[in-house]
Amino acid sequence: MSEEAGGNAINPNTMSIIVTKGALDWAYPPFILSTTAAAMGLDVTIFFTFYGLKLLFKKLDLKVTTLGNPAMEMPMMGGHMEMPNLMSSIPGAERMTTVMMKNLIKKKGVASIDELRELAVEADVRLIACQMTLDLFEYSKDDLIDGIEIGGAATYIEVATQSHINLFI
Amino acid sequence: MADKVLDAKGLNCPLPILKAKKALKDVPAGGTLEVLSTDPGAVADFQAFARTTGNELVEHSEEGGVYTFLLRKK
Repeated sequence: MSEEAGGNAINPNTMSIIVTKGALDWAYPPFILSTTAAAMGLDVTIFFTFYGLKLLFKKLDLKVTTLGNPAMEMPMMGGHMEMPNLMSSIPGAERMTTVMMKNLIKKKGVASIDELRELAVEADVRLIACQMTLDLFEYSKDDLIDGIEIGGAATYIEVATQSHINLFI
Repeated sequence: MADKVLDAKGLNCPLPILKAKKALKDVPAGGTLEVLSTDPGAVADFQAFARTTGNELVEHSEEGGVYTFLLRKK
């Protein structure tokens, strides 16, 4: 079946990821998994669409919010402080949660998204930006870091038919 | 004595693996890389890395919160 669709046998060492989220916390899974997969010998392609496109901007300004994150807690004085959804309505709350998260990231030796993204580029992870999203939100290729391919749904589907692992984030 | 030593102490997932992969580039085939890490998750990860890439995890140990991995390059 897959051979009829793709015309190629699937190489087990291939992975594709669709990235739709542009928040600081959601930025980690695609970049951690793609860099690690590349280090383990896989060919990796990431397709960035909707808010995921933000992860390709020259200047990263990613934020984390409590809204829609009902399980969010932050370590505080030996315990954990709950971060209720409602908190996001307080002015400055998003700035505070973003600063808290960035401090934790630094303190715990977790890589920054800038660093992981550079490692992904260095490891020849194929990065594709969605043309329709660029049009929709009025961005241009110049807003993105160098070396980004532009494509649409068919471009991704072709990649997916040739990939052993396909993830949606 | 390993051909190369990588100090990845204080770094969290996935950096020890990514830095080890880079460091292996400077090791000849059949040569060894010693990786030092303080990440407990690295124990399972270096085993998985070795199984998937074919580089051999010759030995690993832990002392005082520091994990030592010895990889032999394929």
